[in-house]
Amino acid sequence: MSERNGGMKRGEVLLEVTDLRTHFRGEEGVAKAVDGVSFKLLSGETLGVVGESGCGKSVTAMSIMQLVPQPPGFIAGGSIRFAGRDLLSMSIDEFRRIRGNEIAMIFQEPMTALNPVYRVGEQIAEAVRLHQGLDREASRARAIEMLDLVKIPSPEKRVDDYPHQMSGGMRQRVMIAMAMSCGPSLLIADEPTTALDVTVQAQILDLIRGLQQETGMSVLLITHDLGVVAEVSDHVAVMYAGKVVEYAAVADLFAQPRHPYTIGLLKSLPDLAAPGERLHTIPGTVPSAFHFPSGCRFRTRCPLASAECAEREPPLDELPDVGGHSVACHHLKEAEAL
Amino acid sequence: MSQATHTTPLIEVRELRKWFPIHKGIIQRHVGDVKAVDGVSFDVFPGETLSLVGESGCGKTTAARTLLRLYEPTAGSAIYHPKGEAAVDLFSLGAREMRRWRRDLSIIFQDPYESLNPRMSVGQIVGEGLLVHRVVPKRQIDDRVASLLERVGLRAETRNRYPHEFSGGQRQRIGIARALALEPRFIVCDEAVSALDVSIQAQVVNILKDLQAEMGLSYLFIAHDLSIVKYISDRIAVMYLGRIVELGTTREIFEEPQHPYTKALLSAVPVPDPTHRPERILLTGDVPSPIDPPSGCHFRTRCPFAEDRCREAYPELTQLTETHTVSCHLMDGTVTDTQDAPAVSDELA
Repeated sequence: MSERNGGMKRGEVLLEVTDLRTHFRGEEGVAKAVDGVSFKLLSGETLGVVGESGCGKSVTAMSIMQLVPQPPGFIAGGSIRFAGRDLLSMSIDEFRRIRGNEIAMIFQEPMTALNPVYRVGEQIAEAVRLHQGLDREASRARAIEMLDLVKIPSPEKRVDDYPHQMSGGMRQRVMIAMAMSCGPSLLIADEPTTALDVTVQAQILDLIRGLQQETGMSVLLITHDLGVVAEVSDHVAVMYAGKVVEYAAVADLFAQPRHPYTIGLLKSLPDLAAPGERLHTIPGTVPSAFHFPSGCRFRTRCPLASAECAEREPPLDELPDVGGHSVACHHLKEAEAL
Repeated sequence: MSQATHTTPLIEVRELRKWFPIHKGIIQRHVGDVKAVDGVSFDVFPGETLSLVGESGCGKTTAARTLLRLYEPTAGSAIYHPKGEAAVDLFSLGAREMRRWRRDLSIIFQDPYESLNPRMSVGQIVGEGLLVHRVVPKRQIDDRVASLLERVGLRAETRNRYPHEFSGGQRQRIGIARALALEPRFIVCDEAVSALDVSIQAQVVNILKDLQAEMGLSYLFIAHDLSIVKYISDRIAVMYLGRIVELGTTREIFEEPQHPYTKALLSAVPVPDPTHRPERILLTGDVPSPIDPPSGCHFRTRCPFAEDRCREAYPELTQLTETHTVSCHLMDGTVTDTQDAPAVSDELA
């Protein structure tokens, strides 16, 4: 497989999202699903975007792929730079040459993402014909090659299967084969293993990691599972209510989380609780995207909330003592004691 | 709860089978069966949490639902020991007789969006069982509902509202209040916290724990998230393709797993600690079809240690300790220690 990483060396910024705002018009007003998201993804690295339902992590991915339905959705601001180009100012024709080619995406539920009435080989071949201009025969050969790459046994037979003839794990492999077929430099994986059993999840994560090492592509991994994040990410962005509240190298984040939300989230994992001990909880629920609280959005559930938190939104600032670790909180000192 | 083994079980399940027939053709000829559950036996003790774990399709949900007679059992028995009365076999009761014991046996479902009738108010949902079983006079139902809701951390006024007005976590609390209404002794928690976010999941798990301590409830807990299972269970049964392959206390299963499948399953769980690099036993392939399971040991097609004898006979249950049983040919000590597994170490380490 050809090496494609947007002409970049490992460690250079491949994707830079700055102050991205994706809003939706609804009956109740405007839902600010993504409301000021910033992060960087380095070439050859994996960035884990983690957060609970409704935090805007999937909408962030959809915004990068320009798959947000418009209307009701619209990009209210910000920029997305990919390999030095501004994706949001491109024409749709220009972007179509990038989507599925240089940037590919895999989804949570492969059964709904695959077309049930086409053979899987045909679905992979279609992308190759479209983007790489291969003919019928060459694209079929390519499809078999891709199925082999994602370790589907007897690919020359399975190429003629329909999606329903495959297991969930197999279908996710087909999705990955399809995504990899044009040699993307960025793979966006939106909860790729959430619907799978742990044994199959381990296989799929292993596969993605292997492909990444082979090709040097970057991976943007969206998940709610902190275990998966810890295992595969180089950097992590923690999202809450449409914003990134903390961004750090994975080792720093888990060794010393600094935002009260991240701290609370890690503490509520049952892995860390002793048997018989009550689980730590974050009180309340995530606020609605139609009515986010003023100032810091976590303040309604935060043990450290003060008057300042209601008045002024904390900026996502880099910590003075740890390079590359950014936190959006007014009470960093107090948070250390949590 | 290791002392639990010395008390009388609440429920004794023996050789439970649930086969779903497959019919084909115009005359709907019977061509085979999906052997969803194919002979499982376990006890549930008073006040304990027994978890059933395993991959999708292993039969854990079917086993639990058959136990409650939500599916009609194909074979087996389930002896229930009611308070102050003679034991009954739930599987030999007619529908009317069964109804009498349904009050004692309850269930909480996975999906809080699909398991609550959207046209019923929260009060009607929680109070329905009280009305049907005529447990309290009609005029007292309101008060009972209010106290049930408060018990799961919801305000009494919520009884006049409808399910769509609540978040996933709150709906699951409503589901718990409904399950508690008839003061059951046994509750099946069928993936009851699986659909919830981490911080909400912790709230609901705490409620389940508190209720168990207060009311002495027994839980049959079904989940695929092994970190929650480890936290909440007293004992764990590991299922594979319709059978229990290993059963033991939480400590025995997590610290001293013996069955190769249990080991593989546990090693696959991602750990929220980037400095931890698991020695992973990667299983190849998928779970075989329960219509035509492999001969001998069902796990042999994916087992890294399979030998010739594994294809010949299904392995007998080996009793390792008073509480720990395992079903594997390798347990007879004639092979080398399975600790020398061809583990796949993490390449990123």
